[in-house]
Amino acid sequence: MNLKRIRAIAWKEFIQIKRDPRSLALSLGIPVFLLLIFGFGLSLDIDRVRTIVWNQDASSKVTRDFLLNFKYSKYFHVVAYTDNYDDIQHRIDSGQAMLALVIPKDFSHFLEAGKAAPLQLIVDGSDANTATIAMNYVRSVVYGYNVQLLSRMLLSRGIAPRAQVEARPRIWYNMGLTSTWFIVPGVIAMIIMIVSALVTSLCVAREWERGTMEQLIATPVKAPELVIGKFIPYFCIGFFDLIVGVLMARFLFGVPFRGNYLTLALMSSLFLTGALSQGIYISVVARTQLMASQLASLTTLIPTLLLSGFIYPIFNMPKAVQAITYFVPARYYIIILRELFLKAGGLAVMWDEALFLFLFAVLMFTFAIRRFKKKVV
Amino acid sequence: MNNAPEIAVSVRELEKRFGDFTAVNKVTFDVRQGEIFGFLGPNGAGKSTTIRMLCGIYAPTSGSGTVGGFDIIREQNLIKEHIGYMSQKFSLYDDLTVEENIDFYSGIYKIPAQERQARKEEVIRLANLEDFRHRPTKIISGGWKQRLALGCALIHHPQMLFLDEPTSGVDPITRANFWAIIKDLAGKGVTIFVTTHYMDEAENCNRMVLIYHGTIIAMGTPEEMKTKFMKSDVVEIVLAEAQNWIDDLGRLDVIKEAALFGSNIHAVVYEAEKAIPAITAYLSGRGAEVGEIRKIMPSLEDVFVSAIENYDKAHEKS
Repeated sequence: MNLKRIRAIAWKEFIQIKRDPRSLALSLGIPVFLLLIFGFGLSLDIDRVRTIVWNQDASSKVTRDFLLNFKYSKYFHVVAYTDNYDDIQHRIDSGQAMLALVIPKDFSHFLEAGKAAPLQLIVDGSDANTATIAMNYVRSVVYGYNVQLLSRMLLSRGIAPRAQVEARPRIWYNMGLTSTWFIVPGVIAMIIMIVSALVTSLCVAREWERGTMEQLIATPVKAPELVIGKFIPYFCIGFFDLIVGVLMARFLFGVPFRGNYLTLALMSSLFLTGALSQGIYISVVARTQLMASQLASLTTLIPTLLLSGFIYPIFNMPKAVQAITYFVPARYYIIILRELFLKAGGLAVMWDEALFLFLFAVLMFTFAIRRFKKKVV
Repeated sequence: MNNAPEIAVSVRELEKRFGDFTAVNKVTFDVRQGEIFGFLGPNGAGKSTTIRMLCGIYAPTSGSGTVGGFDIIREQNLIKEHIGYMSQKFSLYDDLTVEENIDFYSGIYKIPAQERQARKEEVIRLANLEDFRHRPTKIISGGWKQRLALGCALIHHPQMLFLDEPTSGVDPITRANFWAIIKDLAGKGVTIFVTTHYMDEAENCNRMVLIYHGTIIAMGTPEEMKTKFMKSDVVEIVLAEAQNWIDDLGRLDVIKEAALFGSNIHAVVYEAEKAIPAITAYLSGRGAEVGEIRKIMPSLEDVFVSAIENYDKAHEKS
């Protein structure tokens, strides 16, 4: 291994990246773009459920009182009042509303008579997850209203209500339960994976395509020198993207950073090394740029998006899929990032994730060099 | 001090197969130090495959060989330190400038820092690119690129230079220029191994082999090639208004093939001694103004065509 050669290759690669607007945009533009899209666009919080109301018993003060509970809740947004089912049908079909509340004509009458008053709830079930959450919101409003009714009734009969169980949540790490805090660290992992694997996957394939590799192979340059030389500039870019990502998380999205920056740098370097080596490995296998970029998105982007716990919780997945997630390195990195951003955890609590990242980095790097050596002769 | 071997390249029964296809079929040859050795043959004959095996780009399927005294199977890395290689396709970096390309190869060949500037100037002078040193390589034209590639292949002052079709797609003046540089290098003791399918370029070589379908079918100096491997003779006929006689001559029994060569006719014949009297008799009998009819040395192109035809005939029978 010779430093002069590594330096020559790294320098050449730097110049090529600098002169290629495509890889420059991919390496520096994509991170900012993705953070903006995911940070602002992808909110897992469901509030302001668009609701349409048909109060058939509008003359009663009771029903108006009942509806105030929805009107002043941040979870509902009443988009319209109506007086027929056609309108409800139309608005739910067209997506203007996803929930309809229909209060029957004798709602107040039933209540006053001490009977159960039915409330019709029409929900757009095409998005099952949101529909379930919306229904639960309605249930909790109704439950709260029932408790009010009950205590009022007891008081009117001269009985003071007895103490009941009251849940008092105290949320750790993400007090406001802001989903951005949860998503942004995942986006950083995704960015590093994309930029590293996708961009490096092109860097060897390009040399095969253009015929420059043949000339290189006829020189005394060795496989590790070539791999490390190509590795360096992309490592710098990846690290730069990490810094941009952390700064945006802190100052644009207001995500706290409670961990240790040195640990972050160390863990990120491991993840980067693995991702870059994977890109180089793909590039050696593929030989053409098109094939390489497709292989790279298939093996890095998609698993990182779907199987890393970035958006979809791993514990909800079927056991077989959960088993696969152990082979997705972003899974470990995302846990580490969330730990560092939100929980102030140190290496003590994440040494097993760190170990997996270390293994990933070492294995991928070795594979890349091995594969390259084989390919060369 | 100079204990380098007399033989620069030595190859025995070297073979390369790609699946069922035999690209190079057990070739054996030696290249002497300091000579220009031509590796000739039509496209697809196995020239590039052979040169790639010698330069450590391909591993041979079987056979053995040495380059500069190093084994081509076990000591590829040592070979690579001592040779320069220029591939068929332009293979420098298009998006780098002329100087950046040179700097890159300086680094790859570990040229000491204090020598770098001098070597760089040497390459730029050789390629005649003084005015283009800061231009991206993609904008300079074919011939210049070729010479820049040659310069980069020479930056570490190799004792052997392997050139794969160095002049393909280059204009005649640049080609002549290129050969002048190659001869100059050979004069300085650099062994040159060059492949080409331009038969006229073969005259520049000290020795050569002709490879066809992966098999060597002729080998020797240009003179040996012309005497040993030519089964027919070539007769030059000098006569007035040659163009009017060419078709008639072509139909004569003693003549295999006749073609205009400038204002004269070159006829390929089975045996000059019998053909010359027959042609003379035929022409004077019809009142042609015959100047001279004589046996001449065939060109290398004649030799190659004849050798390839003989090979094809031999393989049709079997």
